[in-house]
Amino acid sequence: MPPLPCYLLLAAMLFAIGLAAALTRRNAIIVLIGIELMLNAANLNFIAFWRYGPNPETLRGVLFVIFAIGVAAAEAAVGLALIIALHKHFKTTHVDQVDSMRG
Amino acid sequence: MTFPALTFALLAAVILSAAAAVMMFRNLVHSALVLAVALSGLAALYLQLHAQFVGFAQLLVYVGAVAILIVFAILLTRGNEPSDQVIFSPGRWVGAGIALAVFGVLARVILTSRLLAGSAPPAPAAAVKEIGQRMMERYVLPLEVMGLLLTVALIGAVVLALRERPSG
Amino acid sequence: MDQLFVTLKHWLADFAAPGWQPIFSALLSIAAIIGTFASLFALTTLLERKGLGRMQNRYGPNRVGPCGLLQPLADGVKSLTKEDLVPAAADRWVFFMAPLTLVVPAFLALAVLPVGRNMTAVDLDSGVLFFFAVGAASEVAVFMAGWSSRNKYSLLGAMRAIAQMVSYEVPLILSAVPVVMMTGSLSTDAIVAAQAGYACGLPNWYVLTPWGLAGFLLFLIAAMAECNRSPFDLPEGESEIIAGYYVEYSGFKFALFFLGEYIGMFAVSGLAVTLFLGGWQAPFAFLTWLPSYAWFFGKLLALIALFIWVRGTLPRLRMDQLMNLAWKFMLPMALLNIAVAGLWYFTGPGWARWLTCSLVVGGAYLVLGRALLSGAHLGPRAYRYAE
Repeated sequence: MPPLPCYLLLAAMLFAIGLAAALTRRNAIIVLIGIELMLNAANLNFIAFWRYGPNPETLRGVLFVIFAIGVAAAEAAVGLALIIALHKHFKTTHVDQVDSMRG
Repeated sequence: MTFPALTFALLAAVILSAAAAVMMFRNLVHSALVLAVALSGLAALYLQLHAQFVGFAQLLVYVGAVAILIVFAILLTRGNEPSDQVIFSPGRWVGAGIALAVFGVLARVILTSRLLAGSAPPAPAAAVKEIGQRMMERYVLPLEVMGLLLTVALIGAVVLALRERPSG
Repeated sequence: MDQLFVTLKHWLADFAAPGWQPIFSALLSIAAIIGTFASLFALTTLLERKGLGRMQNRYGPNRVGPCGLLQPLADGVKSLTKEDLVPAAADRWVFFMAPLTLVVPAFLALAVLPVGRNMTAVDLDSGVLFFFAVGAASEVAVFMAGWSSRNKYSLLGAMRAIAQMVSYEVPLILSAVPVVMMTGSLSTDAIVAAQAGYACGLPNWYVLTPWGLAGFLLFLIAAMAECNRSPFDLPEGESEIIAGYYVEYSGFKFALFFLGEYIGMFAVSGLAVTLFLGGWQAPFAFLTWLPSYAWFFGKLLALIALFIWVRGTLPRLRMDQLMNLAWKFMLPMALLNIAVAGLWYFTGPGWARWLTCSLVVGGAYLVLGRALLSGAHLGPRAYRYAE
């Protein structure tokens, strides 16, 4: 089994890539994908710590990740609906062109 | 190299290259498909970590539902956008710098921590029966709240994306 | 006789070096699954064409070989030698990967089916969840096929197919939930073992209980919709949208799509047999001399024959009728079924639970059906003649 720091480094790299995608891309959907990647990196962290941690029989890490997956799915649904509604109004999905508060 | 280390290296390569491709690809649908690859790679990694239920739930929820949802949203928001526009925002280097800085901090913490240097304990048994029991006994409140959250998200998403009725 | 293939596998695995035996044994299981289900696929294509032909008052294929038995061979040769066209505007990579992405999860799903006693290829603790997870992964393949063809009709077909598959996945999983509830485990072996034994001559299968019968019917209807089989084949109906999302495919890639669809049908029928029909167990105590795998494949063939029968009989559903059926009828029925299964469990054994559960399930079906049909005009047809 690879040691724990390997999994944590992988999760950190995935988090950084997700953050970069969320900060540097113009399209709102890619920003949302970046957020999903960050959530997945955190989930990987939880599972790695659960596996290598002192009390794996309490199943705390596994349960947290199950709830996190559920919440992430709900958030993706609402976020994408928001992007679709924004697109209907502003006719674009580029985040730097959605810059007015007027309806 | 032992077999688990080899699979970990392979899966890590797949996940990281897929995530990088998500960020770099110009075509949105390609980005979404490569995201599905990255999420499946993560599911395989969860299976390696003996979290069977989470791995299959990740496949079912993320690859089977969230990736499809993202693809639908991409298809619904395609306009007449020319594909030769710049895909990165003007603040791209600042963003990349921030991401690198975050990774640097995390990596330093991970690599210099004394707590993490240890051998792997024996594989835990995450029986689905126990997960269900804990969900119903100790974690029943988060379970109910999540049910409520999913219902609210469902109704909210439908209302947000509804076609506006012409007034009058 | 029952454990013939198990002993054969152990004997063959003994030839490998001790360190490599688990891998060799797994490879043997994989080869057996692929071989068996691929030849079952060939047989089913022939049976379907002949069965449909007979239902439509014509012979099926009967030229190639005696009674057309070599027709699958002819079909295979045809699909391998046809020109492999790739449209010029198509997205080459995605176009190439789509058939693979469909076939691989379909075969993966066959790994958790208990084909006979001690004959499950992979005995997972969460086998049923694994099955549904790989089923969900095949939806991405449908989108890839439709989108990469750069054809408006195939994209439309793909969108319809995905909407249909996602909608019917919910009743499919929900109708499997009471079975998991009553067994207390997600493992397919445990579910089959929980249906063992005979009470008053009848087997303890879940289909012979009110909630099990309702669950079985819901599961079958949702399975037909998941596999895009008639009457739910709007995304790929020949008279509607030619072939829907795989219209631009030809030759071997088309054959792979065909294979993937049929293997998906086998997998989901196999799961229906496992969950509701008692898996590899004999229906009566005096019939247990027949080997377990013979019973499994017999029941599987019966379900496949049912699929073919329904295809030849019922007309196609329109898209809105399809979605209404999924969300307004099957989802409430599946949720109610879970509650009825709980009611069954907590009322003790006896005639009381039979009566209450049957009444609840039957009553809900009548009420929902009547409420949903209230908008339809069912009466004698009014004719209008040209003047």
